[in-house]
Amino acid sequence: MSIRHSLLALLSEGPKYGFQLRQEFEESTGEVWPLNVGQVYTTLQRLERDGLAESDDVEADERQRNYRITEMGEVELAQWLRTPPDLSQPPRDELVIKVLVASRLPDVDVFDVIQVHRRYIVQLMQQWTRLKEDEAHFDLAFALAVDAELYRLDSVIRWLDSADGRLRRASADQAETPTESNVVLPNIRRRTGAHR
Amino acid sequence: MSMLELRHVSKKYGQGANEVDAITDIDLAVERGSLVAIMGPSGSGKSTLLTIAGSLEEPTAGDVMIDGASLSGMSRNEKARLRRRSIGYVFQDFNLLKGLTAVENVSLPLELDGISMKKARAQGMAALEGLGLTDRADRFPDELSGGERQRVAIARAVVGERSLLLADEPSGALDSVNGESVMRMILAACHGGVAAVVVTHDAKLASWADRVVFLRDGKAVDETLPPPSPEALLESDVANPS
Repeated sequence: MSIRHSLLALLSEGPKYGFQLRQEFEESTGEVWPLNVGQVYTTLQRLERDGLAESDDVEADERQRNYRITEMGEVELAQWLRTPPDLSQPPRDELVIKVLVASRLPDVDVFDVIQVHRRYIVQLMQQWTRLKEDEAHFDLAFALAVDAELYRLDSVIRWLDSADGRLRRASADQAETPTESNVVLPNIRRRTGAHR
Repeated sequence: MSMLELRHVSKKYGQGANEVDAITDIDLAVERGSLVAIMGPSGSGKSTLLTIAGSLEEPTAGDVMIDGASLSGMSRNEKARLRRRSIGYVFQDFNLLKGLTAVENVSLPLELDGISMKKARAQGMAALEGLGLTDRADRFPDELSGGERQRVAIARAVVGERSLLLADEPSGALDSVNGESVMRMILAACHGGVAAVVVTHDAKLASWADRVVFLRDGKAVDETLPPPSPEALLESDVANPS
């Protein structure tokens, strides 16, 4: 998450003080991502250093300084909003590694391992949904942030379901023709989605 | 007493070499006011479980109790009356009758139960009003959007004194915002004292439930623990990624 660009976005509405930025940041993310005031001032210093924000009262205490966005800051913000985050590299996902390891170990029931994680994630989704149930009607930013988390978790569940199905088919095939060449694991060295 | 209770319920289809165990030894209790989701892949027995819970099919073994009354001791007519009075169904494809208006669809189960047309219509209108459909009452299903048809189906499932709501993939082909509002409506019915069971493969829908039961090859293999307070999320690392 880019605090830097979120603060730039808030400054693009007009000059603001640090404490005000913190408050508005939390409001605009539905208070799902709390931000400490130290992070705000450190980020403002860097924005100023990079020429993306400025303040007249350079001598004053940082709490007294009123920041505004520069022209360069406006350009940076516009570019950032339209730049896709780097999703090309598959992340080294701990859960994926756990399932891959479990599928290789003879004494471990990989389906049991999958179910443990599936249950945990559904429980987590229940918690997020409860938050939405209480507050979504009142706060759009909050609902958007919670939805993002729910979709992320849902995609993990879908992956677990698909892994479950694949492993079941693979073990059924293996039971029919037990040969050395029947490899349960997919080739993890091949980078999925990367065609370069 | 549970509104719905399944005791060691099993269902087999076919005979001899073709015999298939659709569900095996399922125990499930759903209290009034609570929403239980059944999750599992296709073919895991979710829909069979729901049709047996709703007395639309007989189990091969075990018993189903609805509001304390055992279905195995009931005649065909008694079961039909129970279905008309106490059980509401929501199916994936809505199953509205095309030749009837929204309010006629909703009040049909009451009329079938011998309630006068006028009274049935009044109760049907009340159910539609609860789902924000008052101005759609006299439209036919093909004059309604997908989301509106689904709301009519839910109104029909909760009309009158229904106390058990059974839903099979109730968001059907609806988009996610409409799917969410379907779950909100079912939850609202639960807050009004209805017991509900929702069958789905969608974790986003299941996460509206108080409890999620996982089905696999016809067996209940796992279920969620009561979730901790959601406020904990806002203080955790999950909510505060670096």
